Amino acid sequence: MNRSQAKLTQGIDWPIVGLYLALVIIGIMSIFAAEYRGDDNVWYDIIHPNKNYSRQLVWFGVSLVLAAVIWLTDSKFFTATANLMYAGGLLLLLLVLGIGKDVKGSHSWLVIGGFQFQPAELTKLCTNLALAKYISSQETDFTKLRSRLIAAAIALIPAGIIILQDETGLALVYFSFFLVMYREGLPGVLLVIAFSGIVLVLSALLVDRTVLFSIFTVVTALVIYFSRREIKRKRSRLAIILGVYAFCALFVMFVVPFAFTKVLKDYQVRRIEVMLGKENDPKATYNTRQSMIAIGSGGFWGKGYLKGTQTRYDFVPEQSTDFIFCTIGEDFGFLGSIVFLAIYVALLFRVIFVAERQRSTFTRVYAYGVAGIIFFHLAINVAMTIGLAPVIGIPLPLVSYGGSSLMTFTMLIFILLRLDADRQMVLR
Amino acid sequence: MSVFNQPRKRVIQLIILGMVTLIISRLFFLQIVEKKYAKLADANAVLRKVVYPSRGIIYDRQNRSILGNDVLYDLVVTPASVKNIDTAYLCNILKIDKEEFRKRIINAIVKNGRVRQSVFAPLLAPEVFGQLQESMYLFSPGFELVPRQIRSYPYSAAANILGYIAEISPAMLKDTANYGSYNSGDYLGFTGLEKTYESVLMGQRGIQYLVKDNLNRPQGAYENGEFDSAAVAGKNLRLSLDIELQQLGEQMMKGKSGSIVAIDPQTGGILAMVSGPSFDPNLLTGSNRSANFSKLYTDTTKPLFNRAIQATYPPGSTFKPMIALVGLDEGVITPSFGYPCRGAYYGCSRPIKCEHHDPGHAANLRLALSHSCNAYFSHVYRLSVDAAKFGGIKEGGMQKWADYMNTFGFGHKIGVDIPSEGRGLVPDKKYYDARYKGSWNSCTSVFLGIGQGELLLTPLQMANAMCIVANRGSYYIPHFVASIDNDDTHLLDKYKKKHEGAHISDSAYSAVIHGMTDVVESGTGRIAQIEGITIGGKTGTAENYGIVNGVRTKLKNHALFVAFAPAENPRIAIAVVVENSGFGATYAAPIASLMMEKYLKDSISTKRQPLLKKVMETVTLDQSLLAKSHLDSLNNNAIMLKKKKS
Repeated sequence: MNRSQAKLTQGIDWPIVGLYLALVIIGIMSIFAAEYRGDDNVWYDIIHPNKNYSRQLVWFGVSLVLAAVIWLTDSKFFTATANLMYAGGLLLLLLVLGIGKDVKGSHSWLVIGGFQFQPAELTKLCTNLALAKYISSQETDFTKLRSRLIAAAIALIPAGIIILQDETGLALVYFSFFLVMYREGLPGVLLVIAFSGIVLVLSALLVDRTVLFSIFTVVTALVIYFSRREIKRKRSRLAIILGVYAFCALFVMFVVPFAFTKVLKDYQVRRIEVMLGKENDPKATYNTRQSMIAIGSGGFWGKGYLKGTQTRYDFVPEQSTDFIFCTIGEDFGFLGSIVFLAIYVALLFRVIFVAERQRSTFTRVYAYGVAGIIFFHLAINVAMTIGLAPVIGIPLPLVSYGGSSLMTFTMLIFILLRLDADRQMVLR
Repeated sequence: MSVFNQPRKRVIQLIILGMVTLIISRLFFLQIVEKKYAKLADANAVLRKVVYPSRGIIYDRQNRSILGNDVLYDLVVTPASVKNIDTAYLCNILKIDKEEFRKRIINAIVKNGRVRQSVFAPLLAPEVFGQLQESMYLFSPGFELVPRQIRSYPYSAAANILGYIAEISPAMLKDTANYGSYNSGDYLGFTGLEKTYESVLMGQRGIQYLVKDNLNRPQGAYENGEFDSAAVAGKNLRLSLDIELQQLGEQMMKGKSGSIVAIDPQTGGILAMVSGPSFDPNLLTGSNRSANFSKLYTDTTKPLFNRAIQATYPPGSTFKPMIALVGLDEGVITPSFGYPCRGAYYGCSRPIKCEHHDPGHAANLRLALSHSCNAYFSHVYRLSVDAAKFGGIKEGGMQKWADYMNTFGFGHKIGVDIPSEGRGLVPDKKYYDARYKGSWNSCTSVFLGIGQGELLLTPLQMANAMCIVANRGSYYIPHFVASIDNDDTHLLDKYKKKHEGAHISDSAYSAVIHGMTDVVESGTGRIAQIEGITIGGKTGTAENYGIVNGVRTKLKNHALFVAFAPAENPRIAIAVVVENSGFGATYAAPIASLMMEKYLKDSISTKRQPLLKKVMETVTLDQSLLAKSHLDSLNNNAIMLKKKKS
């Protein structure tokens, strides 16, 4: 390759760059809207980064520098160091467990020279690289259970450590890697099982246990009755049906209650109950309630930029970070929210499109990883602000205030762009 | 290699689209279907602040402001901002101890929270304010001085007329039909003109919408004040009252229990209404309002009781002109009718004594009136009620007589424009039927002829009756407010309407008026004479009874005097009652006369200054009551306070 002679930006996927910039700029504007008080001296605040939006501008600058560095790096560097970075990431996570700092109830922050940094954000990138490296390696046969288990372990080990740091929200994101594994051949039935699992947990929480148990019994009896011919032909069918029945019953009767009383923290249980509408304590429902008021009051057209009353006067907590979507919902209304979500969908679809045009499995897996991570963040974060999901503190990618998050997503995207630019190469 | 999993790309895209659709449908519900969120957002973020207008000012007939607004200061505290201040110094200025300081801060937090302002010390006394203002920088930003309007009465007079304002009570707040527009903490008129004209005086409250943050702190105007409405100041009242006349009356009633009511008969406008003893209305404004109120309320001399409209008295001899008018109108007597009084009336079983024995003192109506002959009027009364043309007293005579009394304004509220007016008592047929179970006749009620017996009038009714006599039959409902600035109400309509009395003939009035001028010129009321002015008057000394230690006991007589002047073109009609003092001519007539002189001549002549001095120094209140009364010291305190302020 004769890169020095080629154009510097050759092979870059401009649509992704454009969507990336759009989201970051919307983010900074939203953070500004959340903080602006009408009499602020904006230029002063920008020059002296003492407000979230001005700090985010600085982080954006840093991110662009990172992006440039990544763009100038050889693609092979990422395949070569993927495992090393993963190991380094795990080490960092363990380090945080030891010397980390508590911020807002989670023990997941490192303080380096006055800057707070959340390694759990960065390890998403490391894990994505390591997973791509593992699946794309020639020794891996992803049709085998062993490979699948190893891949799952790569994805879930960091999540485990992060749960120990009390940052459950970020840990959940690591389940997005199952989307990648599904694309790479994980049986589709797993999706069905995962979906059924969610339904089962929800019904266990919402419906009385004895009622649920009776429903299971009736359904099982009906299934056995209607498939009695098949059962006659194949005795194992009965065993499977009864097994599923027993599992569901046990799960609902014991596992969920156990998880709720013993595994989950008190506040987490409450947040789930808030989402389900079972908890009415004004204190517990405050965040979701205020967030829904802010978004709901936006109406169809929105109140106009900087005109939101809810987001500007601190009614919504965590305004610049986890609940940034409120600003968009209130200022720009239903229409603006659709446009905003459309930008994300365009980004995700473009990343999937890019993934599918790769020759290298590494890049494809990596790309799907990027899509999965962004999708999980988006879905959980927005669903939380509109009361569809319990309050889980994860940021809206590229939009929420936060240096760690912005830099991580920038790196995720620009490594993808770098790899995509070299899509003619076979990378392993 | 799993390059062949292309269809799974579709599944993943579908999952993404599915999730986004779910989110959008939820947003559709939140932002478009459900309207409550917009309302909740407004409730969340918009603070509705009431802007109080300044209350209307009240002027007297000479356009002197007699009830205005003054500014006092509240010391307010924002508990969260109280840091590193010299607590001991502040306590020293406010004259409280540290424990009290702590308690007030805690109260403030409990009431309004840490970041909002609460009143720490309300309505600071001027000297405390002065001290605080100098050292305020030491206590800010936690403490702040906030101005607040209070009512002030520059002439320290007319307390019972003007009334006072006070904070709305919880019971009133519940009564939304009448007080729906008030909020807790609002002040409104409780008595007097402040109450009657509340709707005019209060003005129109403005509303300011402020954007607030999550801690309820105001952050500025909402939508640049587009929805705000400005406060409109209350309208001013202009009274017929003459404040100097009122002050003179109050000074003369010092140490006496009773009242003076002076009315301009040509308009019905009240010139003065004194209830003695009176109090300084400034006692019921400012920082010591509630303490002063309870002291006044429990005072032995009952200064809060407006005797001029609430107390009822037997009118005694002052009632005789009315008896004469009824007799003349019914035709049972003529002006030349005489009665051979020999010192008492013997027509009924018990003789009614008369002050005069000489023959001829009741030879005609004029003489009888000027000598106040009891026998004459007892006789005339009986003639009136027993008159054959009404079929005797039980058939129609008594009722007819009571009807006359009603047209004179007795026995019912006249309708003055301050609340709590009494109705008095005019006994009629029904009354006697109930009381004597049918066995009664004109002798039963013969005392009515001399203004005694069951008859009870308020001083206002007595003065109004004088207006009727002075006007020869007509009157306007007595009232204080002559006009309201920029009036668009109909509050004053009823006071502009002329009421015609009993259609008694002019000649009857002339006869009575002549008799009454004789009273002052040559009769019982000679002390009331004013140089150059013809006065029609009538003295009265009313026997009265009270319950002392559970026994009905005869108390010292009430002194009464009613009059109007000048007789040919009356400009003032007056009634004076001095409770439990003695002869009307001795105690009531000088007061009425001095009032009339002051009003008609604008000042009291040097010749009469000794009389004025003597009247002012006269104390008729019971010593045992006075000993327990704190009224004087309260009034003195109010005056001292006012001097300090100015």
